[in-house]
Amino acid sequence: MSTFKPRDWGSHAPYIAPGYKSTLLRGPTQAPLAIKSGLTEGTGPRFAPASVRELDFDLTKNGVVNGEPLGERIVVHGRVMDTDGRPQPNILVEVWQANAAGRYVHKVDQHDAPLDPNFRGSGRCFTDDQGNYKFYTIKPGAYPWGNHFNAWRPNHIHLSLFGPGFATRLVTQMYFPGDPLLDLDPIFLGTEDAAARERLIAKFSIDKTEEGFALGYQFDIVLRGRNGTPMEN
Amino acid sequence: MAYGETPSQTVGPYFAYGLTAGQYAYDFTDIADPTVAGPDAKGEHIRITGTVFDGDGNPVNDAMIEIWQADADGNYNEKPIDVADTGFRGLGRCGTGTDAKLRFWFDTVKPGVVADAEAPFVNVIVFMRGMLVHAFTRFYFDDEADLNAKDPVLQSVPADRRDTLIAKRVETPTGIEYRIDIHMQGDAETVFFDV
Repeated sequence: MSTFKPRDWGSHAPYIAPGYKSTLLRGPTQAPLAIKSGLTEGTGPRFAPASVRELDFDLTKNGVVNGEPLGERIVVHGRVMDTDGRPQPNILVEVWQANAAGRYVHKVDQHDAPLDPNFRGSGRCFTDDQGNYKFYTIKPGAYPWGNHFNAWRPNHIHLSLFGPGFATRLVTQMYFPGDPLLDLDPIFLGTEDAAARERLIAKFSIDKTEEGFALGYQFDIVLRGRNGTPMEN
Repeated sequence: MAYGETPSQTVGPYFAYGLTAGQYAYDFTDIADPTVAGPDAKGEHIRITGTVFDGDGNPVNDAMIEIWQADADGNYNEKPIDVADTGFRGLGRCGTGTDAKLRFWFDTVKPGVVADAEAPFVNVIVFMRGMLVHAFTRFYFDDEADLNAKDPVLQSVPADRRDTLIAKRVETPTGIEYRIDIHMQGDAETVFFDV
């Protein structure tokens, strides 16, 4: 069992990021204690094929009641790999998001934008043997939130992955290129390194765009690599 | 390093219909739930429960806790996780928004000792709105004082903070519970690990 390389904290936000007010009372104040990566950290859950049902990768269909969901249909492609470029096959990717109007199905969401009866906004898929995943959805809308006056979250899709081990667990958000709200968003800006932040923004892809059907985006996800010899490209 | 890590972002307040749908009664399937070990799993069946507190000492109602643990023999599950499995799964996931007292809970078996540790423990990940990066911690068991005293990770924790990692055994009418709260800040701030 090989172990994972240490987390690169330079790629991540600090626990206390003052611009994002909720971090002030919720982020740990003491530095995390380093422990030697061992058997525990090298293991992690794998998931049965039945975890993903036929329509789970298609959010334009998996919440349909009586018609098509409203909004701009998109297809998101990506590759899950590690920091050495090794593709990560058979990784479960969970996704959830707001609808085209910027409203979540979640009962606590009080934004007065309309719910879409034909869109739930959650799904999941596996990566294939090359680490590639794909899901169809509706481009999520921006929505206001209470962090500061006139605060709006940029369009984003939440993604959750375990990766190959418990230590590689990642929950992140995918953003869209050219969104003017990105530079105003304390969650996106919580990651202090500008180059790392760019990795949160999907790339528009005309090659992945499906003629007459859906705009294509590419969002690659990079997880911590393993200790040992890096793979030659 | 050929590629940089994708930054972590907060799970946000609205994860439930994607990640914990069954617990929150949304119309979607689950890949994990608060059952870590079903009735057919070997070992001592226990419930682990607790509350997550913020820096003002208020319970957090929108955290998500995940645990990953070894079975009663000290082995991690290498089989794919299936929520229909009535035996040992090893993975649990619970939101803090459905219990009347805002607790998380896991129905599981007490883990055995894994090969490179000295005491039994459960791996824990804490997610919530207001955390841009999840935090790793562990739950140890208060009735394993002798083994705890030998465990290299637990002993690497400063003595005055070790208690934050130790769940307390309580016998209840419905079975054995281990209780442990997670304090994000303050005098009793839980020890988190850089895993």
